[in-house]
Amino acid sequence: MNLSLHPLRAVIALALLCLVPVLLPGYQTTLATLTLIYTLLAMSVDILAGYAGRTPLCHGALFGVATYVVMYFVTTATGNPWLGALLGIAAAGVVALIFALLAVRTTGVYFLLLTLALGMIIWGVCQRWTSVTGGENGLRGTVRPEWLADPARFFYFVLAITALATFAMWRFVNSPFGLSLKGIRESESRMRSLGYNSAQHLIIAFVFSGLMAGLSGALYAWFNGFVSPSSVALAQSVKGLLIAIIGGIGTLFGSALGAIIIVLLENVVSSFTQRWSMVLGLLFVLAMIFTPEGLLGKLRQLTGRRRAAA
Amino acid sequence: MPFVLFQILNGLTFAALLFLVASGFTLIFGLMRIVNLAHGAMYLMGGYTAYAAATWSGSFLLGLAAGAVAVAILGLAEQALLRFVHGAELRQVLLTLGLALMMNDAALVIFGGDTFTVPLPAMLQGPLEMFGMAYPRYRLFVLLVGVVVLVLLWLLMNRTRLGALIRAGVDDPETIEAMGINIRRIFIITFMLGMALAGIAGALGGAFLSLYPTADSEILVFSLAVVIIGGRGSLGGAAVGSVAVSMLSTFGQVWFPELAYFVIFGPMALLLAFRPLGLFGRAT
Repeated sequence: MNLSLHPLRAVIALALLCLVPVLLPGYQTTLATLTLIYTLLAMSVDILAGYAGRTPLCHGALFGVATYVVMYFVTTATGNPWLGALLGIAAAGVVALIFALLAVRTTGVYFLLLTLALGMIIWGVCQRWTSVTGGENGLRGTVRPEWLADPARFFYFVLAITALATFAMWRFVNSPFGLSLKGIRESESRMRSLGYNSAQHLIIAFVFSGLMAGLSGALYAWFNGFVSPSSVALAQSVKGLLIAIIGGIGTLFGSALGAIIIVLLENVVSSFTQRWSMVLGLLFVLAMIFTPEGLLGKLRQLTGRRRAAA
Repeated sequence: MPFVLFQILNGLTFAALLFLVASGFTLIFGLMRIVNLAHGAMYLMGGYTAYAAATWSGSFLLGLAAGAVAVAILGLAEQALLRFVHGAELRQVLLTLGLALMMNDAALVIFGGDTFTVPLPAMLQGPLEMFGMAYPRYRLFVLLVGVVVLVLLWLLMNRTRLGALIRAGVDDPETIEAMGINIRRIFIITFMLGMALAGIAGALGGAFLSLYPTADSEILVFSLAVVIIGGRGSLGGAAVGSVAVSMLSTFGQVWFPELAYFVIFGPMALLLAFRPLGLFGRAT
């Protein structure tokens, strides 16, 4: 079984997804929209974790920066939602650039720690800068454009955006540039001695990944109409990373699988207990012990086509 | 009272607390290459245990001991789990992150979202008058504990066989093992020692910073900053880093309350950009 992207398969998958609002109306459609948004976030994590070999813990913050900017621009500054979304994505890109400049020289655990700390700065600012962010109370308001108010229509819209962004990310990681990223993942010193500017490659990858995280954050603002410091907290970064890991790091499309599992599970668990964060932690521990390569990674291993598909 | 001196004392007492947390963190990081992201949750657990034990028995010292022992035992359990992912750095970190989430939630179940303060004995309450100014006795006590622990740890590391083994383990665990020394036992001892220190810090911090559900990630981020600044595995680095971080934090909060986080992490991020291994870190 080949799990790589194939035009026919992509069309079939899209066609099936288009049926979601028909087959699963109402609340389930809303959940599907949320799943798509988290798929985007996890894929943006995967670009760095899976392809550049740098596991980040700041994507919740990048996501949250976009959400905050959209909420602030549309509610407090009464701006246009479309412009707000663009500004949000741009803001995430700028923050990602700053993070990248500081973090690309580090590797492995140090990269993880530094991005964690950088993400915490964003959280701290959102928490303390109450005149703009509303502090613990957050920002609330309808920021979705009028004609997307219908949940089904909004789902189609998010689906279209996700499909486009997925295609862009797929092209990105499979381009010659993406290949040199994988080279950096395997051996940075070798790539450098071959004349590649590894820092520049990593910065570009980081910013692209940040823009994608920002896109999902902006969509989330439209989706939720509310943002508080918990949207930028470490738990959000953890969630994005866990989705990517459960799906399979370095598989890109595994994120969709991970997002379905996590969003559904969160919904089911939250409906009869408040211990979601306990379950999230437990999942993390179990995933690390039993399937560090993730579900799609495992599948590929089992079908013996890991190399061909990666 | 001279305002700046007061703030410097505040910074130093916070530094003493941070050192207790970060010294264990850095030793574990240096020796075992494990970044224990559950360290903050361990601190919180130590604090809650100390609170429960101290209110039940009426003895602050007993609370302190209970916090240290409980967290050391939790650390032993964590060590057992970490054996499953031995040797894989990122998997270890992420596993400890999962544990941190679980422990934080468990604390929320047991103690709820309220704020608690570990009760103090009468002799540590109230202000101490000196040099014409009054300063809380308890904070000075924390500072004293921090200094005592620093001295004891220094003696342990530099004057005992165990310390020599730990230092050698930080530099080259394979060679130690090849020399016939049971490195696993040293790992476990160091891990439990670090955890006990986190537990003590939780008990001490629980009495003046109070305990609440997000206290764990706050202290974790501070100790991360300390270890990143100081460099992994270096006690001196942890001490210098603690003072630097707590001074930046104390004065940052006074002068730029809304940007306090920037004031701590800005310099840290810059330092890391130029010295990726921290001030005292060495490449291995």
